This record gives sequence, structure tokens and C-alpha cells, in this order.
Amino acid sequence: MRVTVIDYKAGNLTSVLKALRYLGAEPDVTDADLSPIEAAERIVLPGVGHFAATERLDATGLTHAIRAAIARDIPFLGICVGMQWLYAGSSEAPEQPGLAHFAAQCTRFPEGDEKVPHVGWNSLEARSNSQLLADVEPGEYVYFTHSYKAPVTANTAAIARYIEPFAAAVERQNVMGVQFHPEKSGETGLKILRNFLGWEAKGTAC
Amino acid sequence: MLTKRIIACLDVRDGRVVKGVQFVDIIDAGDPAALAARHAREGADEIVLLDITATYEGRQTLLDTVRRTARELFVPFAVGGGIRSARDAEQVFEAGADKVSVNSAALSDPTLIDTIGRSFGAQAVVVAIDARRDPQAPDPVRDAQVFVQGGRKSAGRRVVEWAREAEARGAGEILLTSMDNDGTRAGFDCELTAAVSESVGIPVIASGGAGTVAHFTDVFARGRADAALAASIFHFGVSSARSLKEELAQAGVSVRLPC
Repeated sequence: MRVTVIDYKAGNLTSVLKALRYLGAEPDVTDADLSPIEAAERIVLPGVGHFAATERLDATGLTHAIRAAIARDIPFLGICVGMQWLYAGSSEAPEQPGLAHFAAQCTRFPEGDEKVPHVGWNSLEARSNSQLLADVEPGEYVYFTHSYKAPVTANTAAIARYIEPFAAAVERQNVMGVQFHPEKSGETGLKILRNFLGWEAKGTAC
Repeated sequence: MLTKRIIACLDVRDGRVVKGVQFVDIIDAGDPAALAARHAREGADEIVLLDITATYEGRQTLLDTVRRTARELFVPFAVGGGIRSARDAEQVFEAGADKVSVNSAALSDPTLIDTIGRSFGAQAVVVAIDARRDPQAPDPVRDAQVFVQGGRKSAGRRVVEWAREAEARGAGEILLTSMDNDGTRAGFDCELTAAVSESVGIPVIASGGAGTVAHFTDVFARGRADAALAASIFHFGVSSARSLKEELAQAGVSVRLPC
């Protein structure tokens, strides 16, 4: 399967590529060339660090190409900052817009007694009809490392709780995002990536 | 709920895992890739590989070891020891590490923390501090001193103050090793860990002295540690991470189970 992983110079891709290969996918990486996105069967947007790094997606034309791929129903998975980019923006870099596929804004965890960043293994409360999180049992743990998070909305596929409930995963049709790192979340993470690779479009008739 | 992390540490020299007592008396404990895989399978929440090799050949061996260890490891993987520049860090990331741990080089040039953090994100930078209480000082804990060169030389800095600076420069976590307790299996230095943990807003990993389950409950409660690191108690089959975590769960500590 042709999985295109997008490199916008926000951290290291090695772990994501390694996990995809382990699951039998053949990932290719693009940092500016748009043609792999036009041929992609899956798109993965990883990312750690600062939301401002997503500016590069706009500058290279990747934003436009990704939007077009999403419109063609190509399954898309954003990881960490890659998930946050699916929203309208983040208070981490207010001048930099996100894709606005989901309307909400990402914000920093409030200051208080608890430490920020939220680092470590936390449990998921997944929505029962999530395709991405199919077979993830209540209370399975995944690995997080982040200071900003998306709010819980109708599109939230899983909630995690730290300081307050937040969106650990988001999913609407072919567009998915996870705040945690599935490539670092042991068997649970591999199961989620396997679900993404095996994702099939559901009929929209209802 | 966020759980307390149990981290398995591999001290590596020339491609082999070794373990010393108070940084000396080194003995062989096996192959890093095999041990890392075993720890992950047995429930370790994270793996740290600390290289204690100083030679150029050793560095190439290290990169090869990191590559081999990372290949089928799907939990967070940190690598430290002798990372002196952003280029060193980059090579280690490319070989498959998720985090680098910097120690002496960050003390000589603290901007190394900023530089690595800017390129790879704060979550990828762990600042390791080798600490020793200062028995001569008015407050031996608050005035604990930082040591470098494998604990041979004082860095002339207070631990708490250095941890704060590391955080301000963009470190994602602090790995605090008590040299007084390291390898003794007599318990973590809970007072020192608490002093650092309460001074910073980033997670603190306690290291040095793990011997019993009670030592872990103690360092999470009294020491306010976010994670605890151990080496020898796992290597020689005294306790697997899973059995340790099952006992911790019974004692009321939130841990990742089943794992």
C-alpha cells in the first residue's frame, strides 16, 4: 500500500516510518513534491514540536494538495501536531491557521498543580463506532507528549483525561487524528495504525 | 488517568549492556537489543540506553546498537551518553531514538538544549543530571551539587538551579540520578527528587537506588517523581517490570496494566 508520510521538518519521522513498515506498508516521504500525494492511498501527517512549523505546509502547497486528497476520500491520519493542524488553529501560534477541517481551536493545558507537558501513558475512552479505534478496549493505554490539545466535540473519537477531558482522537469519515503517538504505544498503537491502513470507506447513506 | 512510568535503563559500553555499582565495578549484562525487547515485552513503559563509551569506534558501535535496538521497539526510546552537539543528536534520532539525553555537554554549553529542542521538539530533549548531596552545605538537599564525567568531577552548580535553567531552555524532562544511591538498591533519594520535582513544571524521572517495590511507591509519593528508572533489578531477573507494576497497582499507584 502506498502510504505517503509528509515531512514538514517538525521532528523526526523515523519511528512513524518504522511502525508503518513493520505493519507491511511501503511508506514514501515527501517534503515539497506534491506528486506522491496525488498518487497516495493513505496520507500520514506526523509532527512534534511547535504548531508554527505547519506554516511550511502552506508555503510548499502541501496544504492545498492534502485538502484535494481528503476531498477524494483518501484516508488521512494526523499525529500529535498533525492532528492539531486539522483544527482551525492553535493558541501556540495564533497567526498560523490550521486546515480548519474541524472548527475548534487547540489550546494549552491550563496552569495549575499538574505538570505541563502531559507526558506518559494515559487511558482512552473511545467512541464505540470509531473505525480508527475499533477493538481498542476501554482503559487501554497510549503514549502522549504534548502541552496543547483539542477540545471534546461531536467529532471526538476518544477522550483522555488530564487536568480536564480533551480529544485524544478525532474522526469524521476519512479524516482522522490522534493526539498520542501510536508508533510509540506498544500493541495498542500498532492496532490503531493497522486499523488506519485497513480503513475502508463506510457508506454514507443513512 | 496518567500513569507513573517505569523505565528500564540499559548502560551500554562497546555494544554490550553493563552495570556498575556507584559508577564503578562494571559487569556484563547482555545484548542491548535483546534486553530492550525483553523489557518492553515485560511491561517497561520506556527504554533508556545510556552509552558509556568515549571512543570514535564506540560512537559508531552506538549508532549501530541504537538502530538494532529501535528496529522493533514500539515504546518510547531515549538514548544518552556523549551527545555533544546537535549533529550527534540528529544521528541518534535518525538511528531510531525518540529522545536524547544530554548531560555534560549541556553543562559546558547550555544552548545545546535550546538548539536540539528547536529542531526536534522539547519532548525529544531529556536533561540528565548526576547529583550528589552536599553534606557540608547548610541544606544538603537543596544545595545538592551537579557532577560530570561519570561522576568524577563537580560541575560547580546546584542541582535545583540547573534543572530550572534546563526547563527554561526547553528541556522536556529531567532525568535525575542520585550518585549517592546509584547501584546500592537501598532506595531512591526521595528528598532530592521532591526538591527538583517541586521546582520545575516538567516531568522528573528518578534514578539511582531502586531495589524493592516500596522504593518505587516511596519515590512516586514522597519524591513526587513522574517516572522511575531502574536497571539492575530487571537485568538479573530479580523483578520484571510487569511484576513490579502489579505490586505497585496493589499499593495504589496508577500504572499501565495490562501491558
